[in-house]
Amino acid sequence: MDWFYEFPHMNDDALRNLKKAIDEGFRAFTRGYGDAIEGFFSPLQHFLIAAERFMTHTPWPIITLIVLAVAWGASRSWKIVLSCLVTLLAIGYFDMWDDTMRTISMIFVCTLLSIAIGIPIGILMSRSDRLQRLVNPVLDVMQTMPSFVYLIPVVMLLGIGKVPGLIAVVIYAIPPMIRLTDLGIRLVDKDVLEAADAFGSSSWQKLKNVQLPLALPTIMAGINQTIMMALAMVVIASMIGVQGLGQPVLKAIANQYFTLGIFNGLAIVGIAIIFDRVSQAYGKRLQKHREIVHG
Amino acid sequence: MADHHFDGIKIRNLYKIFGSNAATHVEAVRNGLSKAELNEKFGHVLGLKDINIEMPSGCIQVIMGLSGSGKSTLIRHINRLIDPTAGEVLVNGVDVVKMNELELREFRRHQTAMVFQKFALLPHRNVLDNTVYGLEVQGVERAKAVDVAMRWIERVGLKGFEGKYPNQLSGGMQQRVGLARALANDAPVLLMDEAYSALDPLIRTDMQTVLLDLQKEIRKTIVFITHDLDEALRLGDQIAILRDGEVIQQGTSQDIVLRPADDYVANFVKEVNRGRVVHVEAVMAPARPGFSPDAITIPAGTTIEDAMRVIAKGPDGDVAVVGPTGKPIGVVNLRQLAGAMVNSHGAASHDGGSLARAL
Repeated sequence: MDWFYEFPHMNDDALRNLKKAIDEGFRAFTRGYGDAIEGFFSPLQHFLIAAERFMTHTPWPIITLIVLAVAWGASRSWKIVLSCLVTLLAIGYFDMWDDTMRTISMIFVCTLLSIAIGIPIGILMSRSDRLQRLVNPVLDVMQTMPSFVYLIPVVMLLGIGKVPGLIAVVIYAIPPMIRLTDLGIRLVDKDVLEAADAFGSSSWQKLKNVQLPLALPTIMAGINQTIMMALAMVVIASMIGVQGLGQPVLKAIANQYFTLGIFNGLAIVGIAIIFDRVSQAYGKRLQKHREIVHG
Repeated sequence: MADHHFDGIKIRNLYKIFGSNAATHVEAVRNGLSKAELNEKFGHVLGLKDINIEMPSGCIQVIMGLSGSGKSTLIRHINRLIDPTAGEVLVNGVDVVKMNELELREFRRHQTAMVFQKFALLPHRNVLDNTVYGLEVQGVERAKAVDVAMRWIERVGLKGFEGKYPNQLSGGMQQRVGLARALANDAPVLLMDEAYSALDPLIRTDMQTVLLDLQKEIRKTIVFITHDLDEALRLGDQIAILRDGEVIQQGTSQDIVLRPADDYVANFVKEVNRGRVVHVEAVMAPARPGFSPDAITIPAGTTIEDAMRVIAKGPDGDVAVVGPTGKPIGVVNLRQLAGAMVNSHGAASHDGGSLARAL
């Protein structure tokens, strides 16, 4: 009756050998291709470094002005611009400016990369049910797998630094981008698509003139989600050497510095709110034609 | 303007069966397998059965039927938004069914334009940008496309609304945009899929007038789908009545009203205002030899209602119906006309006694 009280598991030796074999296989892969893969990602690294240098080397009043200008351009709302200003000033006053700039540059690059990869995948997925069935479980894994777990192979391959951090963040943050692009395109009114067909639109014309514009509110929601998830991941990514607001938080956890933790945590919340409000206001402004309804 | 050599639309032996193995069942349907049997035995739905319609160039062909009769399926075969299971669709002599993807796209860009029941406008584009859509797809340069579009926007009565979004317009105005978008394409074939069914009755009549007025100058081959017999009779140069995927009667409005092919059609026709459809020739008595027309005459082709209006103003007695040359071809009086209007059983009587009987 042993099998009843204890799950009849795989033989201990066999299991150990299996794990060892997989580990060794991956290590061999790392040794064999690690450099090539690093080379492949090096343009990304240059881009990351340039973005960070820009954000940290530009004098703070200029950065503040740029952020406010972007906020105004996207939202056309004084309230949002004002709250951005207050948040930035508070962050600077409590001496978290440099870390915040590093985090913002990281989030910026992650979001760009997620959009650049996520939207095309989402478009392809919306066109093929088979691809959708294939990609969906992968996205599920990406979203539910504890993020520490996929930090391991990334670090083994690329070591510690910005690029592995970026990859970890993008893996975590890209699923909503892909899912919502796919959903948005699938939800486009069939009647309008039929009309586009009836006028002889090519599939590129249909995508450009009908599907993407009509899916835009959903895609914008995806971008917003991606930014939020990237911010949430920044603290974890700091474990593998991503600089920014995550590192002081990590230090605070290790040493039980309550105030340090809460200040940096609040700074993350602050920039999350800025990103969220500005991107949502922009999404809404793009959709202004939807609101005015014939009486 | 429509191409002068445009050869009209010919639909020949068209079958459409919905289902995974449609092609294998065409032969059985040809040999008399009924719609119900096909559905029961094979789980396939018979959409269209042996459709043969010739639509001459420059005419309005109405296809009338109730929902489920296959009329929307039929119109989508003309620009192949739906692929047929068997048969030919010749537009200007070219079989649409045999076109490859590229040819089909070119065909849709230049030969057909379509107006939809639910308007199907692009919600994120304003009236002008919606109207240029067809031209944009064709690759016409923007300035020229805007020129053409503005002309049609003005022609359908939307001048000053170019910058509005579809959401800001009423249903009738949205469909004017749909019409302008289709006309801007300047294709010889105009497909109108229940274009006015979503509009309320007054606006619908209004839009019918717009279409009839336009047709006098554009002379396009228009295929108009409707479930409304009054609309069909008003617009159609030719009418085809569809039931369960089959054409049960084809002809002019006169044919349909005066000689319904079966009880189904007769049942429809019963509710029709005959005065607005039936022409005086169907009612008139032969002119007595030596009859000399008065000052008032009625041209052939006048509807009973219009003829009554003319006669009601004049003196009692017979009024001459004159042919295109002005020569009298018959006579009518108020009694005959009134009789024909209330008589629901086809051919009007020549002695005027029908009125007495009806009363």
